[in-house]
Amino acid sequence: MSTAADGQAQATAPASGAASPPLARHRLGPRFWIPIGWTTMVVVLAATANLLPLHSPIETDFTVISNWPDATHWFGTDQLGRDIFSRSVFGARISLIVGLLAPAFGLGVGIFLGMAAGYFRGRTESIIVAAMDAIMAFPGILIALAVTAYVGANIAILIFLLGFLTIPAFMRVARANTLVFGQREFVLAARAMGATHRRVLALEILPNVAIPMLIYALLMVSRIIVTEGVLSFLGLSVPPPQPTWGNMIADGQADLATLPYIPFIPSALMFLTVLSINLIGERLRARTDFRGGAL
Amino acid sequence: MTHYFLRKLLRLILILLLVTAVTFLLSNLLPGDVVLALLGNEATPAAIAQVRTELGLDQPLVLRYLHWLIGFIHGELGRSYITQVPILESIIDRLPVTIELVLLSQGFALLLAVPAGVLCAYKVGSRLDQLISTAALFFLAAPVFITAIMLMFLFALELRWLPSTGYVPFMTGPLSNLAHLALPALAIGLSEWPPLFSVLRADMIKTLQQDYIALARAKGLGPAFILLRHALRPSSFTLVTISGLQIAAAIVGALVVETIFGLPGVGRMLTGAVYNRDMMLIQGCVALISVGYVLINFGVDLIYALLDPRIRDEYGR
Repeated sequence: MSTAADGQAQATAPASGAASPPLARHRLGPRFWIPIGWTTMVVVLAATANLLPLHSPIETDFTVISNWPDATHWFGTDQLGRDIFSRSVFGARISLIVGLLAPAFGLGVGIFLGMAAGYFRGRTESIIVAAMDAIMAFPGILIALAVTAYVGANIAILIFLLGFLTIPAFMRVARANTLVFGQREFVLAARAMGATHRRVLALEILPNVAIPMLIYALLMVSRIIVTEGVLSFLGLSVPPPQPTWGNMIADGQADLATLPYIPFIPSALMFLTVLSINLIGERLRARTDFRGGAL
Repeated sequence: MTHYFLRKLLRLILILLLVTAVTFLLSNLLPGDVVLALLGNEATPAAIAQVRTELGLDQPLVLRYLHWLIGFIHGELGRSYITQVPILESIIDRLPVTIELVLLSQGFALLLAVPAGVLCAYKVGSRLDQLISTAALFFLAAPVFITAIMLMFLFALELRWLPSTGYVPFMTGPLSNLAHLALPALAIGLSEWPPLFSVLRADMIKTLQQDYIALARAKGLGPAFILLRHALRPSSFTLVTISGLQIAAAIVGALVVETIFGLPGVGRMLTGAVYNRDMMLIQGCVALISVGYVLINFGVDLIYALLDPRIRDEYGR
């Protein structure tokens, strides 16, 4: 108990010495809360898309072809008369599902491998690191492209594939953090009290490694959203008429000169979402780095 | 150094075998039968069997891989199912476009990242630093296809300064060639400079705190001289390291941007092959680009080791 309090005291000490007032360190500020607000809104809309009174994202209505945004169609309609607002909300689903689950998969496998490598060292570490290096040597997007081209894409394949490609990065972060915490006294104490390796890993190391991993995962979420965007822009994500931000942009590109709102709206949504997640991740990372520095 | 080089070379060969094996296996293990794609769904079983024998599909997988690999090394990538043109020939035809695009885009990226990184490190925390760092954050969040479409809309369709699509070979009209490549290259460059900028800025800030920089200042050397002659080189190691990542980004960039701007490069050929389900062409392109990617990364690693002896000492033992 007392060690935790000491850690806290140490962590706050440098803040008071810094130029900015100590409270400012604890406030996350609008650069954190505005992105949180935006991301929350996108997540809630995407999650409740089925329950909302939206136009159908797939049904075509030839009476309202290529209508600029107005009161009935907030974001206008596309070249087939489909409601862009509704397509944007349903498109957000794909981006978010892939963007959250792929890093979750990579995180799960990566944290396991990274902790094993960083804790057991020796041959286990060499083998894991070599295998991860081999994966990293691949131009991931090309392999993803080839697989989706051969198999045809569905959400499960995308999640597995893009998640698989994130494993090495997660492994590295987990290993680096395990190396640091594995040397600490509380791990030695646990071992001395006769704790098994499994117990030490799960109860002593995992809680410490988990926080930096989750923040890293957040940055990975935005990267995967972009990658899924590229694939679906190229027509290699979930097949049409299912909307994704990427395929909406690709469809809109043909009429860029006359109907720019069609590609611009999903572009803006994707941009704002990726920017928001990056800002949240950056801010959280800055805060934990600061604490980590005092350890 | 020799020991380091041999280890690296061994690793390179293993990785190349792995990469080619994966590309080969992808087209052979996954569903989407090549023969059906070739003959259509109404092919008779006899015709299917005949084509399978012709293509050697009735042999064991390992033999087929070795056979394919030997062909690959000799540059025999087979022919496109659709156009019947040898794949290597098509790739060589289109490679100059892609290489020019990638080089130009890397030029743009460095032209943006290096001055910005040096300047921001020199004036850390200033208005300018905040402005440029925020700009980098924005561009980092803009995927290359979004940047490309915005550039096309603004400079080609609205302002009409540059052509929106098409391509002119450099030999036919150098100026027109550059005009057609300017926007595509800028699109890739704009989406690639933020990571370059932020690593250079961070390393440069660290370098500028070193004693020898203080000494240079004390000697009365000007800031420009110190920044460029004393600080830039030791600050650019990380920049070189992440160029591997940059190559991957450039490949994605070329794929997307060539498709958007209608440039006849390898990227557009590959996306076209995907639309047409031209499996042989996909396999050839992916294998060749992957091998190129691995080789370039190998080259970067070697250059890095030559630049910084600590690296080869660390891994050489």
